[in-house]
Amino acid sequence: MAVALEDLLREYAPQVLGAVVRRYGDFDTCEDAVQEALLAAAQQWPIEGIPAQPRNWLITVASRRRIESLRSETARRRREDAVSHEPATAAVPSVDDSLTLLLLCCHPALTTASQVALTLRAVGGLTTAEIARALLVPESTVGQRISRAKQRIREAGARFALPPPEELETRLVAVRQVLYLIFNEGYTASSGARLHRVELSAEAVRLTRQLRDRLPGDGEVAGLLALMLLTDARRPARTRPDGALVPLADQDRSLWDRAAIAEGIALITATLARAPIGPYQLQAAIAAVHAEAARAEDTDWPQILRLYAILEALAPGPMVTLNRIVALAEVRGPAEALRQLDAAALGGHHRVAAVRAHLLERTGDLAAARSVYLDAARRTLSVPEQRYLAARAARLRAP
Amino acid sequence: MKYLILIQSNERSLAVWETLTDQQRTDFGVGHLKLSQEMAEAGVLVASEGLADPSLATWVSVRDGRTIASDGPYAEVKEHLAGFYLIDCADADEAVAWAAKVPDAAYTQVEVRPVLDMSGWDF
Repeated sequence: MAVALEDLLREYAPQVLGAVVRRYGDFDTCEDAVQEALLAAAQQWPIEGIPAQPRNWLITVASRRRIESLRSETARRRREDAVSHEPATAAVPSVDDSLTLLLLCCHPALTTASQVALTLRAVGGLTTAEIARALLVPESTVGQRISRAKQRIREAGARFALPPPEELETRLVAVRQVLYLIFNEGYTASSGARLHRVELSAEAVRLTRQLRDRLPGDGEVAGLLALMLLTDARRPARTRPDGALVPLADQDRSLWDRAAIAEGIALITATLARAPIGPYQLQAAIAAVHAEAARAEDTDWPQILRLYAILEALAPGPMVTLNRIVALAEVRGPAEALRQLDAAALGGHHRVAAVRAHLLERTGDLAAARSVYLDAARRTLSVPEQRYLAARAARLRAP
Repeated sequence: MKYLILIQSNERSLAVWETLTDQQRTDFGVGHLKLSQEMAEAGVLVASEGLADPSLATWVSVRDGRTIASDGPYAEVKEHLAGFYLIDCADADEAVAWAAKVPDAAYTQVEVRPVLDMSGWDF
């Protein structure tokens, strides 16, 4: 019951905030007021029951809280006239503002950290404390990020309205990036204290689903959702029962979440057929090829190589190149991959060294492989890394 | 990304400290307080502490399930950790910019180390 109520409130959070901001305009005060209204609902509804029109209840309470806070502010400043309009509690416009809200939270004037925090609170309906636990930073830090974000939105003169169509795509790039960051934060840090940790990956999937409902024609939003689903599907196989992390090639594929994979594959297949290609779709397509292989040795590497080549042209980066070279080794052999790795000059990152060592080993040059492995180990301080991995792995054992 | 800014105390830093006037020492302390506050207001501060004297340290080990705590080793330690700032900011450049504001950086030097980040690892 408690969980269901929480989910319900978080579903309403962006709708209510959208409605209140649309009515009064001052995002900053409205956002605080809605947080208070959600808190009031969480305390009152379990005792008094859920009101007949929960959304209207929340909007009315938030409006009242906003007036109260403006009144006390005004009294302090002796500017009684600032309270100009009382809330009209009757009709609630049935406009869906959640996209506008998401775009505002990912406003270009904000730092990425602020965009993440504000999105989780204003759109995700999480409390500051929950966000702090999820990001493993103090509550006061998250509080500062949110209040600075709201201040910057005010200073930038950002209005609560959809940007003009020519600006929309640029703004959506930031939105997708924030959602993917939230997902990755949950995916790579999923070993945190489970009992207290908000499941950020699930939250990112939920928000991306919402975004897709608003923009069903956006290929990259669909691609992002498919990528999340396909990546998250592997989660049960990522760790052994003893807690050790398992690389993709060694995972027990029978543990993969078949329903999530089916949904992800169907989504990316349909999207690739109709939308202009983009980096998220390509990454989802690569994840889909992995997902389709019943065993690691059945992987369609030529297909993965083709996809990485397109991704590299579309969104170049050292990790994309490295992954393409790993795929190349599977298709054309380690010698060719080594040549391209040397030519790519990817720098001293330890993962580059690890791949080089692995390729050398496969060409049979064991002496060179050994020396590069040692070099990689020295460069990465592999002992602390192993300790760190072991510690992370151990934490996964918690239920 | 999280970064740890480490402030070491060693013979060199102690020698520098000896040359400071009372006013400079006060400014130094105030500088740390102000920096913590500035980091908190910027929403990057995770934790910051100065550490008590190493003579108060306890060394802990577990052997055969038994915890052994001792005040030693008393060996000559030339350098010890005196304090740290743990921050969560956008990138290494920003971390370095924060480190440059640590008062110690103006006299000796401070160390910036990224916290091991596993994002992008494919598991």
